[in-house]
Amino acid sequence: MDGFAHPTTWVHLDWILAVVVAWLVMGVLGVVALRRFQFVANGLFPISACFSLGLLGLALSAMGAGPEVAVLPIGLPQLPFHLRLDSLSSFFLMVIGGVSAGVSAFAAGYFRKGEGTPPGLICLEYHIFLASIVLVVVADDAYAFMVVWETMAFSSFFLVMANHRIPEIRNAGYLYMLVAHIGALGLLLCFGVLQANTGDYTFANMRAQHLSPFWASVAFVLAVFGFGAKAGLLPLHAWLPEAHPAAPSPFSALMSGVMLKIALYGILRVSFDLLQTRIWWWGVLLMAIGLATSLFGVVFSTVQVEMKRLLAYSSIENVGLMCTGFGLSLLFSAYGMTAFAALAMTAALYHVVSHAFFKSLLFCSTGAVLHATGERSLGKLGGLIRTMPWVAWPSLIGALSCAGLPPFGGFVAEWLLLQSFLFTTGLPSSFLNMLVPVVAALIALVAALSGYTMVKYFGVIFLGQPRDEKLSFSHDADHWERIGMLWLAVGCVVLGLFPNQVIGWIDPVTHLLVSDGLAQAVAASSWLLVPVSIERASYSPAIFLLGVMACFALAYLLVRRLYKGGTRRAPPWDCGYPWQNARMQDTAEGFGHPIRQIFEPLFRMQRELPTPFDEQPLYRVTVEDPLWHWLYLPVAAVVERCSKLIGLLQQGRIAVYLMYSFVTLIVVLLVVKQ
Amino acid sequence: MSILGLLSQLMAIVLALALAPLLSGWVNQWRARLQNKSAPGLLQPYRALRKLFNKESVLAEHASPLFRMAPYIVFGCMLLASAIVPTLSTDLPLSPAADAIALVGLFALARVFISLAAMDVGTAFGSLGARREMLVGFLAEPALLMVLFCASMISRSTSLTTIVETLAHRELAIYPSLLVAGVAFTMVSLAENARVPVDNPETHLELTMIHEALILEYSGRHLALLEWAASLKLFAYSCVGLALFFPWGVAQADAPMALLLALFVLVLKLAVGGFALACVETLSAKMRIFRVPEFLATAFLLAVIGLLVNILLGVS
Amino acid sequence: MIKFVPQLINLFATLILMLSFAMISQRRIVSLINLFTMQGAALVAASVLLGYATHQPDLYVSAGLTLALKVVLIPWLLHRVIRRLNVRWDVETLINIPTTMLVGIALVIFSFSLALPISRLSSSIAGGSLGIALACVLLSFMMMITRSKAVPQVIGFLSMENGLIFAATTVTNGMPMIVEFGIALDVLVGVLILGVFMFQIREKFDSLDIHNLEALKED
Repeated sequence: MDGFAHPTTWVHLDWILAVVVAWLVMGVLGVVALRRFQFVANGLFPISACFSLGLLGLALSAMGAGPEVAVLPIGLPQLPFHLRLDSLSSFFLMVIGGVSAGVSAFAAGYFRKGEGTPPGLICLEYHIFLASIVLVVVADDAYAFMVVWETMAFSSFFLVMANHRIPEIRNAGYLYMLVAHIGALGLLLCFGVLQANTGDYTFANMRAQHLSPFWASVAFVLAVFGFGAKAGLLPLHAWLPEAHPAAPSPFSALMSGVMLKIALYGILRVSFDLLQTRIWWWGVLLMAIGLATSLFGVVFSTVQVEMKRLLAYSSIENVGLMCTGFGLSLLFSAYGMTAFAALAMTAALYHVVSHAFFKSLLFCSTGAVLHATGERSLGKLGGLIRTMPWVAWPSLIGALSCAGLPPFGGFVAEWLLLQSFLFTTGLPSSFLNMLVPVVAALIALVAALSGYTMVKYFGVIFLGQPRDEKLSFSHDADHWERIGMLWLAVGCVVLGLFPNQVIGWIDPVTHLLVSDGLAQAVAASSWLLVPVSIERASYSPAIFLLGVMACFALAYLLVRRLYKGGTRRAPPWDCGYPWQNARMQDTAEGFGHPIRQIFEPLFRMQRELPTPFDEQPLYRVTVEDPLWHWLYLPVAAVVERCSKLIGLLQQGRIAVYLMYSFVTLIVVLLVVKQ
Repeated sequence: MSILGLLSQLMAIVLALALAPLLSGWVNQWRARLQNKSAPGLLQPYRALRKLFNKESVLAEHASPLFRMAPYIVFGCMLLASAIVPTLSTDLPLSPAADAIALVGLFALARVFISLAAMDVGTAFGSLGARREMLVGFLAEPALLMVLFCASMISRSTSLTTIVETLAHRELAIYPSLLVAGVAFTMVSLAENARVPVDNPETHLELTMIHEALILEYSGRHLALLEWAASLKLFAYSCVGLALFFPWGVAQADAPMALLLALFVLVLKLAVGGFALACVETLSAKMRIFRVPEFLATAFLLAVIGLLVNILLGVS
Repeated sequence: MIKFVPQLINLFATLILMLSFAMISQRRIVSLINLFTMQGAALVAASVLLGYATHQPDLYVSAGLTLALKVVLIPWLLHRVIRRLNVRWDVETLINIPTTMLVGIALVIFSFSLALPISRLSSSIAGGSLGIALACVLLSFMMMITRSKAVPQVIGFLSMENGLIFAATTVTNGMPMIVEFGIALDVLVGVLILGVFMFQIREKFDSLDIHNLEALKED
């Protein structure tokens, strides 16, 4: 690292490390000014947002450049940190930079005095979190990777526990830590298999190894297990709906928008980069897990009654969809069909970027709503579009993007994914040929259900009449929150309207992973997205939007010019019912009721129904996760029983402990005698 | 993009705007005649539109800008949908902008906006209608997508103009998967266009309405736009069905004679289709609302079977 | 015209599959019988076409037999039975209808993927329909399992038999005549006996719900 002395000779990796150091400095400054709220909120967080923008720019310019390596002298004496910046890392740095810019700006306006942990400490944890995420993405050996992975887990744990006085939040943090460490165990074992007895844990060495199919499969399954625990894949998802709502909203946004993607980065890094073989059933496994996860997530999100849990389950669904895309790409790549593998990979990576933006936007809007009203339950909200327009309209963009509607970013990802499914008839195996169209059908079902969820989310919170009187006193977002949310909304729109440019950025990544890319096909036209050929399929979001806008404008102008009907305001018609109050509109449970009835076998429901003879009738429905009762509780019971058995060793009498030492001594003497 | 192409595109749009209320009027007339009632005139929908446009629009006091914008957005979406479906000719400059998947997305966008607008006023009927509309939509949308995939697999393209060209101008062949897909498509379009057996377009009983509940609070010019958009949706669905299953007669070049012939064939096909729709509506009874997901699930699974049959029989 | 025959046979095969699928999702017993009649008619048409294309008069005889039995006689018998027993609806199935349909799709995928390599070996012009016929058999079998009234179970049995005959016809151009006559006679006698049984069940339990039969077991 001789070049580190002169800033003029710095390459991208050096600048990125400078950003990391700057973030850590700001974290320390926050601790120094522990309770100086104004300084932290209006000074440190916006500066951090500027650094995020710098990271975004660096990542974009590093995309086309070749891989850069660096070695940091931190770490153990014989094991320094190896770092490497290639296009996969740059892509995820782009996501991190873009999203954290908006979230940091939002966080600057989010914090209020006197809530839980002092703001300076939160500033420290936040910046350590950001720094460790960046380092995860550029780490090039297993030791550095595990150190920064654990740092990321710990800092996010402290962020989740920011309001640690509430017992549910403590439980959520505990569960999160538990599952994260189970995953980390899987990762350690995976890296152990990958280094194939050479003792050298750098990724460069792992790339050079040629494992047998059995050990490669073991490594793959361990990687899916370990990273899947962090990404929230079934069945290791139970922490997500607890931890994401428990954290304060900017951190939920960061966790949902960025941290889940880092877990997917891990899967990509291990299966496409470190492992040299590709076997077809890996792709099928990943697709199956992804599909099950997304179905589970979307069905549960439609029946939630708390806004952040709804968004958490929706994140589970989106992670499942991304995994399905990666699985399809792996499948194509295993059969050598690299062009189609690139199409599927581009679709999944596009989904990664757009999900990061729209999910962070939606979580930020829940933060603003929570601050303004103090309510997180959907049953107490409503009609906020009139008092909080600056929050409502960006959330509409986020909700439409999440529902996968044109012309926003979510639709482009889905469109590319469905196009890649149409090519699966070229697969050699007849069984796979049959199965994959069914998978495409299920993905279409998941997309339609996510539309249902988003109508429920936006409609119950922002539309209708307020379900509580104090909602009329809610205040709109302040200027930092507005800037953050607008940045993220603009991101959603840009991702939707300019797919060709974004695919151009994704192209180096697909070249690295599957040795082919879409950019050549796509570059033929600047405003039309043509992945294969124009007779085959094409989509132009700009023209789409222009078309709808033109028809809108034409209709509006013609109607205004030609017909002079006028407008009058009156109470709503409601079929002539004279007395209306806010309780007559649909509740959140009511809106999700049809889905609950159709998918009843998937839930674990407990219902209390009133009888006709009750003095005070009570109706209660709780919907729980069945996997919690089938998998987690039995495993916890087994672990408790084993611990009790081992606990028998602790007798409490000194004579017994001395006897343990005595027996061990005799056994050792016997062994030595052999 | 030639001048002739631009002209044919404009003609397609104008034709959709003009013919859509006529199609609704035709279906209403035949339904009334089949039920032994005296039928309204064929041009009744036009008179209704003119009446509504001239009336004052009454809005709820606390309706937000979303409520006012939604009719225009829905109308714009349906107009764009009619513009990209090949009705008269396959030379449509707008068609590369949106293929079959984007068409489904367009319908979904309109559905989401009208549901949000219905929830906006905060009455019981609006939210009930929104809930039911999204319930119908969540199964109908994937079913429609699978039907379009079936046709795409046969013609190796998702662009609607390419599908029409391939199916119409290949040598005559019978595709069994298209039979299954056709049945599924009929079920889906009955559901999406709010026809019996899913929804009664003439009902005013709140327990039975889906589409009517969504537009309950609208009046005047907004209601006119929404009614026109509903008839445009029926027109677009009929044209998609004709394009997939009976594509013969659509002009390939822009010769005036070919376009005139295409217009004549289109009117004939729509007339027969409208009559068939009126028969189906008369012969079936409206289903209970919770049988509708079963109905649509059958359509969805039939469409998937169509895809599988396609792969099995190896149609190239 | 000749080149259309394989496509028409495929068309009828798909029609038979669709009718099997529709029978699973039907609740009204009258519609079940009508669908079964239509399935029989499609089978007759397919046999006639195949006989015309391969110049085998045996298939005409087989088609005539199917017409007499499956399209005319047995549906008439069934209509009489349900009028006498006054059974019109089968509202509660053992597992609900959407789940039944999902299992049906899984069965269709299974039979299609099983039949693909076999149909490539077949020399008949309609070899591709083996998967469809197998799917029909499995779907009808599942219908027999998941229905809780006796009449739909009988219809499931008959429809399974339809599928088997269709499989035999398409893959090997029909079975020997003795076998066909034997099967036809078996089916006829079977339906008559089942009709008698249904009367007996109805007399004993006052309803045709097969859950009542569980009361017969020793405890």
